[in-house]
Amino acid sequence: MNSTAETLNALPGASSCASRSLGDRVFHGISWFAAAGVLLVLGAIIVMLYTGARPAFEKFGFFQFLTTAEWNPVTEVFGGLSPLIGTLVSSAIAIIIGLPVSFGIALFITEMAPPWLKRPVGTAIELLAAIPSIIYGMWGLFVFAPFFADHIQPVLTNTLGKLPLIGPLFQGPPLGISVFSAGIILAIMIIPFISSVMRDVFETVPTELRESAFGVGSTTWEVVWNVVLPLTKVGAVGGVILGLGRAMGETMAVTFVIGNAHELHAALFEPGNSIASTIANEFTEADGELYTASLIGLGLILFIITFIVLALAKLMLVRMAAREGRST
Amino acid sequence: MFKHIVSSVAAVVLSFSAMVSSHAEVTQMNGAGATFPYPIYAKWASAYQKATGIKLNYQSIGSGGGIKQIKKKTVDFGASDAPMKPEELDQYGMIQWPQIMGGVVPVINLSGIDSGKLRLDGETLASIFLGRIKEWNDKRIAALNPGVSLPAEAITVVHRSDGSGTTFIFTSYLAKVSKDWEKQVGNAKAVSWPAGVGGKGNEGVASYVKRIKGSIGYVEYAYALQNQMTYTLLQNRDGNYVAPTAANFQAAAAGAEWDKARHYYLILTDQPGKDAWPITGASFIIVYKNAEHPENTAAVLKFFDWAFHHGGAMADELDYVPMPDKVVKMAEHTWSSEIRTASGKPVWMDNMVQK
Repeated sequence: MNSTAETLNALPGASSCASRSLGDRVFHGISWFAAAGVLLVLGAIIVMLYTGARPAFEKFGFFQFLTTAEWNPVTEVFGGLSPLIGTLVSSAIAIIIGLPVSFGIALFITEMAPPWLKRPVGTAIELLAAIPSIIYGMWGLFVFAPFFADHIQPVLTNTLGKLPLIGPLFQGPPLGISVFSAGIILAIMIIPFISSVMRDVFETVPTELRESAFGVGSTTWEVVWNVVLPLTKVGAVGGVILGLGRAMGETMAVTFVIGNAHELHAALFEPGNSIASTIANEFTEADGELYTASLIGLGLILFIITFIVLALAKLMLVRMAAREGRST
Repeated sequence: MFKHIVSSVAAVVLSFSAMVSSHAEVTQMNGAGATFPYPIYAKWASAYQKATGIKLNYQSIGSGGGIKQIKKKTVDFGASDAPMKPEELDQYGMIQWPQIMGGVVPVINLSGIDSGKLRLDGETLASIFLGRIKEWNDKRIAALNPGVSLPAEAITVVHRSDGSGTTFIFTSYLAKVSKDWEKQVGNAKAVSWPAGVGGKGNEGVASYVKRIKGSIGYVEYAYALQNQMTYTLLQNRDGNYVAPTAANFQAAAAGAEWDKARHYYLILTDQPGKDAWPITGASFIIVYKNAEHPENTAAVLKFFDWAFHHGGAMADELDYVPMPDKVVKMAEHTWSSEIRTASGKPVWMDNMVQK
């Protein structure tokens, strides 16, 4: 019995101090500290956002703040609807454009590219991810916006703008700075992130699985859809969420091209604003408790949106896993 | 061993901070605030550094930012285009003085129209910024510009996305000349703009106006000059159409009664005078009455006094308007009578005047 107890104690993970070296204990302590630190910082941020935003929510009421579009520093009436919609719409455009493109790039690099092209394209994508976002903003303002205003926007307004249901979405003055332009710049910014993550997870699929699928006679698409994606969906969804999070929080690139107008328009080619750009523009100047509290309130709303997006993603993954069990 | 490391690190930090705080010679001054006077402050700072070796670190984060930072005491002085209200200055124990004057200029980007060709008056300008006049060939604009062929382009209004003293001066003018503007929008550093897109800083507005055809914005005159933008003529209070020039800014400031204004609280828009430019403004410097770091405050005062006496030519080059001598003497008197060290000694002495 003694020897069994000794063997049990000697197993890794046993909590007996005598079996652990000093290095192990220090490392254990540091990792605990780091993990606890992350939780502490998150809690501190939530508390700070809440206490900072409380004067605004007390004055306006949380739901009224969320649904009012007026933003008037003179009469001190603040409502977060315009930045909220701007953030959601520009991020939605970024994902709608960015997701298929990133998926295509990742697919190309892992499945279809000839070996001599894999490296350059992969490196190019990673270089794009390293460019600072303010450079994207400047490029967007000086190069993309005029090009878009002169060549692409009139075409879109004349074709898509005339369609019955989605027509009103594609109207607006040919300025080149609008919610739509911000969405496109964001798409260009998040494509490198999502495609790198997707490429990395696609490459973790064991070659044997792929080869056996090819051997049975599947097409490349069938292999990707039925073998690679189901195995890597957690990582792929994680990459998408990473990109979406970056798009929602992006400040400088959006400020340059979104137009900074506190107005709600149905049309995508009209200027608007986003939560991050509003805070960046107005925080240093905000004098008065209510003004500052409203800006912090916007930050809290962004935090809540990100949380909801993450929760939805986790829910979707759980659902997909459950469905997998049923269909096999 | 851990305690040993902690105590030695603490000792190093403490000695370093003691070293920094006891260093009496000032080599750098820190200030923050208005973007309106940034070009001239930058020019003065580089000339002053060549003359004395003392650097100025000025962050043009906007008037509101400057006021916030001086309230938090993170900078040696704050700069604001909108003068702080006398009650607020008393509450925080600060003083302000006007350092430089300049003009806010409406700038346009309209094909076929050069600088000084387009005439606007206060009501029309306000209607454009209210979004009520939407096309350049509107009859209200055409009525003021007989003989000028106005294109049928849509007007894009460009305003500031951040709060700023330039906006304060501009909206002060619009509120004075248009009852509709005063009722609907008001006069403040940040307002709820009824129309248009917002650029960040004077630089942002200048960049948007240059980019967007058919746009109109407002910038400080130095930005209009340096970016070679197209400005408009404005009708002043006396009914004359004047161009934004240093002489016309000076004409607006000539009649200003600084000695009647407590804490120099005076807004120079829409002043009488046949050549007066209607959107003129002064930019103010704010310091504490009770100088916690007297060497830093003295360095700041010496710099601005040097700018008063030696910076006039540089100001003229950039089309800013230096303060008249009478106001310089008033400011020097304010410094010597108001600013004190913790022990009650005056920080500014008459022998410190930078003649």
